[in-house]
Amino acid sequence: MSLWAVLPAAVPLLTATLCAAAFARPSLQRGISTVGAIALLLIAVGTLGAVVEGDAVSVAFGDWDSPFGILFRVDRLGAAMILAAAVIGAATMLYGNSGADAAPAHPMRRPLVHGVLAGVVGAFSTADLFNLYVWFEVSLISALGLLALGQRTDQLDAAFKYLALNLFGTLMLLAAVGALYAATGQLQFDAIGAALQRLPDGTALVLVGALTVAFLFKAAAVPLFAWLPASYHTLPTPLLALFGGLLTKVGVYAVLRTFGDAFAPAPDALVAALGWVAVATMLVGALGAAYHWDLRRILAFHIVSQVGYVLLAIAIGGEAGSSAALFYTLHDMIAKTNLFLIAGLMAASAGSFDLRQIGGLYKARPALALLFALPALALVGIPPLSGFWAKWMVLRAALADGQVAWAVAVFGVSVLTLYSMMKLWMEGFWKPHPIEGWRPSRATHPRAWAACLLLAGITVAIGVAPQAFVQYTQAMAVGLGATP
Amino acid sequence: MSLALIVAMWACFAAGLYLALSRDLLRIVVGLALLGSGVNLLLLAAGRVGSAQPAIVAAGQRALGDAANPVPQALMLTAVVIGFALMCYAFVLVVTLLRRTGSEDALALRAAEPPPIEAIKPPLPARDVDIGRTP
Repeated sequence: MSLWAVLPAAVPLLTATLCAAAFARPSLQRGISTVGAIALLLIAVGTLGAVVEGDAVSVAFGDWDSPFGILFRVDRLGAAMILAAAVIGAATMLYGNSGADAAPAHPMRRPLVHGVLAGVVGAFSTADLFNLYVWFEVSLISALGLLALGQRTDQLDAAFKYLALNLFGTLMLLAAVGALYAATGQLQFDAIGAALQRLPDGTALVLVGALTVAFLFKAAAVPLFAWLPASYHTLPTPLLALFGGLLTKVGVYAVLRTFGDAFAPAPDALVAALGWVAVATMLVGALGAAYHWDLRRILAFHIVSQVGYVLLAIAIGGEAGSSAALFYTLHDMIAKTNLFLIAGLMAASAGSFDLRQIGGLYKARPALALLFALPALALVGIPPLSGFWAKWMVLRAALADGQVAWAVAVFGVSVLTLYSMMKLWMEGFWKPHPIEGWRPSRATHPRAWAACLLLAGITVAIGVAPQAFVQYTQAMAVGLGATP
Repeated sequence: MSLALIVAMWACFAAGLYLALSRDLLRIVVGLALLGSGVNLLLLAAGRVGSAQPAIVAAGQRALGDAANPVPQALMLTAVVIGFALMCYAFVLVVTLLRRTGSEDALALRAAEPPPIEAIKPPLPARDVDIGRTP
């Protein structure tokens, strides 16, 4: 029984409620939201400390004996994801307070942002399959609210596409949960995992397969990713960065939990299928990004591409694969959120998100160019930034596992990512602005810069001193159920 | 009883999928609602339908005797509440979209898509979009 397992999910829920109650008083709401974000950050650090010091922390609600009660269990994997979510939440809220984004403020925006955080953190905390579905729905409903808040026709259009496809995904998840309960009579991860080993192979394959497909919907894997590039670009920048950093990662986390921990060893056919789905996801994401010219659409496709890398690491499996998957996820959450935020600064400075209508930023805003280069090069995988170590770990795990084709894909898609980042660099920064006599907007946004610098600092820190992070992810992988 | 549930599930899934795959916005939402009902029935059937006794432990007993399984009922109740909230949202969204665009065709929903002139990568377009640019 430990409070550290409950507090991370409880704080954003409470903050969301208080923010909703204070919707008529903007300054009070802003204060509550800030306090809530900082509290979540501190508690996430505390949870991480408790997990590193001892072992996983857990709470069974109502003191029911295992496996009957709903169990919250935060291990090294969950604690790291919770801390990353808290950092991203705080950074995007800081950016949202800066005025760098021109979207009109809506009184329900802050409650819904904390609702998204509550759903995400709850999903990272729970060890109960049905409870996981509920947290998915909490973040889905909050995300739908945020999509529709702006009330522009394109936003409503995007919200409908997001709703229809994600609703189908959650219905599949619910059906898979029901079928697993029918076959095993259990809802807790470990209990289902143990019961699955006693089922015939074919039954286990179908059940875990259905669950995986539902999670892949949420993770935006090929071919189930269509909802993501159809909707994300309509969001205001801070929300876009929040969605891009967090939402697909919950699906990725659930796949890692399924394959690496709770239901391991997963059926071989399923693991091989996941590997090829991952390769297709990497490739399609990078090619989609190469096609588009809108900064937001390009980066949205990069979310898909990077999800592929993590899924590949999960498919490789074992200690090396799980450890690479967590390392990659943490690196990608930070770098991707930062890229979206910096794209917002670029657009605020140059006047548009469309690369064909902007330019000249290197001359006008050299500091912004340098700030952009850090996460962009990290995403490609240039040493000494975080992405280099992340890709190195995936590549080494693939080769050690004898998967040469997958290793080639890792390398090839990195080249495509480099192409895409070069396009951003040359079009946005190097080429002269298409308007003669263009001057960058005079506004400086210190809060937005602080948020971007914070995230860039983390990217650099992971890159310069990776051993602490690698040791942590390896200890996480040892603690997972996959390894004896 | 299980057979009746299975037939009902089949009907919900078949009708729901048919409607969800249509191009009419309202039908898509109704189809998803029907699919949700089918999944709820699946949850009920997952707990095995047999006894109709309420799940109350008799006085002096430590274990539940012959009674209905309470877990799927709790799951269903949760799923029904969540589904209800999502459906309310979906219907308001669809009605707003119908009023805004005047079309119920899902394929006509292109407000969030790139303009059709971008079928292939065009050269620099005429600048019709100006976001906060100072002359």
